[in-house]
Amino acid sequence: MSATPDPAGTPPVPAAPPAREVAVVAFAQSRHTRDSAEVSEAELLLPVLQDVLGQAGLRAGEIDFTCSGSSDYLAGRAFSFTMALDSVGAWPPIAESHVEMDGAWALYEAWVKLLTGDADTALVYAYGKSSSGEVRDVLTRQLDPYYVAPLWPDPVALAALQAQALIDAGATDEAALAGVAARSRADAAANPYAQLTGSVPHGPYAVRPLHTGDCPPVTDGAAAVILAAGDTARRLCDRPAWIRGMDHRTEAHGLGVRDLTDSPSARLAAERAGVFERPVDTAELHAPFTSQEVILRRALRLDDGVRINPSGGALAANPMMATGLLRIGEAAQRIRRGDSRRALAHATSGPCLQQNLVAVLEGDPR
Amino acid sequence: MSRTGGTPRAATAKEPVAVVGIGQTRHVAARRDVSMAGLVREAAHRALRDAELAWQDIDAVVIGKAPDFFEGVMMPELYLADALGAVGKPLLRVHTAGSVGGSTALVAADLVAARVHRTVLTLAFEKQSESNAMWGLSLPVPFQQPLLAGAGGFFAPHVRAYIRRTGAPATIGSLVAYKDRRNALKNPYAHLHEHDITLEKVQASPMLWDPVRYSETCPSSDGACAMVLTDRAGARRAPRPAAWVHGGAMRSEPTLFAGKDFVSPQAGKDCAAAVYRQAGITDPRREIDAVEMYVPFSWYEPMWLENLGFAAPGEGWKLTESGATELDGDLPVNPSGGVLSANPIGASGMIRFAEAALQVRGEAGERQVPGARRALGHAYGGGSQFFSMWVVGGEPPTG
Repeated sequence: MSATPDPAGTPPVPAAPPAREVAVVAFAQSRHTRDSAEVSEAELLLPVLQDVLGQAGLRAGEIDFTCSGSSDYLAGRAFSFTMALDSVGAWPPIAESHVEMDGAWALYEAWVKLLTGDADTALVYAYGKSSSGEVRDVLTRQLDPYYVAPLWPDPVALAALQAQALIDAGATDEAALAGVAARSRADAAANPYAQLTGSVPHGPYAVRPLHTGDCPPVTDGAAAVILAAGDTARRLCDRPAWIRGMDHRTEAHGLGVRDLTDSPSARLAAERAGVFERPVDTAELHAPFTSQEVILRRALRLDDGVRINPSGGALAANPMMATGLLRIGEAAQRIRRGDSRRALAHATSGPCLQQNLVAVLEGDPR
Repeated sequence: MSRTGGTPRAATAKEPVAVVGIGQTRHVAARRDVSMAGLVREAAHRALRDAELAWQDIDAVVIGKAPDFFEGVMMPELYLADALGAVGKPLLRVHTAGSVGGSTALVAADLVAARVHRTVLTLAFEKQSESNAMWGLSLPVPFQQPLLAGAGGFFAPHVRAYIRRTGAPATIGSLVAYKDRRNALKNPYAHLHEHDITLEKVQASPMLWDPVRYSETCPSSDGACAMVLTDRAGARRAPRPAAWVHGGAMRSEPTLFAGKDFVSPQAGKDCAAAVYRQAGITDPRREIDAVEMYVPFSWYEPMWLENLGFAAPGEGWKLTESGATELDGDLPVNPSGGVLSANPIGASGMIRFAEAALQVRGEAGERQVPGARRALGHAYGGGSQFFSMWVVGGEPPTG
């Protein structure tokens, strides 16, 4: 039983197809690390932006629209995103916007801009240096400032509540969760950008029932994507990863009014994005905790035949604010390499999967 | 959804966007009677009531505010989801520094223009009393040199550069402040209502950051502003006149670089040019009937008059001095009293956009510019580097 009703007046049917074809034509990321004290945000970002522009054969001034995602609370200073413009080369002035959210939502804003026809190309980037502070403490500042934040419950503790609810519901057990962790990091061994790879000890309890191995690493990193519409996309790359649909939904903030074992907002976003029209073969899920993969698999109806997080996912590298954008980029890469025909990409924000974005990508038939 | 073959541009003509609901709070120094959730809900309720719509009529919510440190809540859209009636809906949070209120409205307008959603609630707020905006605006060492206190400390040197460049008389700033504070008396939502204001009092107020005096400075406010944006069909159902978006644009440039012109930034000029082009405006001085301009320090009125193409370079102060920007002048600037009379930072840009829309709807009450047909809403932020603007009209856009 879901405690979150489907929204009144929004029948759970796919939205109309997007007005224009838009694709991911390039994707780049940093090598994700525990600590990048030797570089500033702008320096972390610069090679990633150079890489993604180089792949598309574009120069900074040739992009129609730029949008980024980041958080001042990670940097510990207001207006931190303004420094990143130094790596973009915003001169002459550019059409540019920023969301204080994961870069997946910056990509959503850029996608809408392309759908209006006002732009044919967009640069999307996101970055996060979790090492600048104590990220477990910092993320407590996301919670209701009057009733919850003063108690300082951290994201691991909240995820543990969710995991326990899932175990109590009989949906998983600690051994199964350990399996998710092991599979993710084994897959990440093939990902040169990942941080935590190969055989990782499952470790002691972090917060019961979650072991250290069930939790994501603390990561500094950045990601960038170039979107292009229609024939521009075909001109810029030989195999565009077309975004067939994208949607995002939020739930209530209060954990007490939600069923923590389910993700109705992820399911609704997937419905609206058209995910359920045809099976997907790959899913890149933004699940920083093993238990959240279990929830998302059920909510998104992904059976055992679907390849989940071939990149290793957030359990292998979790650069806050970029992790969701990485999922879209990784899904697009699989399409572009021919490893996937139809892929789902997912991003989340907030405690216990409060807010979720789902995109579905396809390649042209071969 | 599996269509192949590109969609030609012609088939994706944008849906016209209409503003059918506007709501704002009375902006004050500290709203201790409401939480952040209560503050945003008040503005949202008023916008819905203006549009005669209910929460379930809203397809998506786009919220904006300036840095999270201004309240001390990281990514507050998460906590505000239910207060904004956003549960089960898309919720997007924009942050583009001081220009954010304008940018947020433009992002929401794009959702309608792209036909992704039919009816969108957009809202911007700041509850500055919960933290300290002045120190939030003063980056800690090592991010900048010590002893740079507040936005005034950052902008005052650029004002001095403007005065040196143009030879403007020292009194211009006080004229703007005196005008805007008098206009604010006609705006029930303005934070400052100084019934006994005189030009002499402005000129005798303490110097804060030379040449910016206390009375030439924006207050620090708690407040929120909300708008309901919708498509043609939604505008047909609206109970009151709509304001139509004729053009909107954002432009950014870096904070510091060799050759940056802090007095009249290129990004501002480019942004204005883009908006005028979309709106088919060739002579803004004649074709725009009212301007809601982001003037946090009085001297920014003449500076932006030049940057936005209402006056030739070096001539902005003459336009101010002539009285043209008074409420009864031929180019009224900030009929609402502007940022100088209310500044909930994240909301201030949206208040400009909304006040421009009120003017062309003929719903601006005592601060109405008679017969206003087209109005400009303007916002800027960061180190004079982020700009967002829209032109709204009382009639739907042609073409």
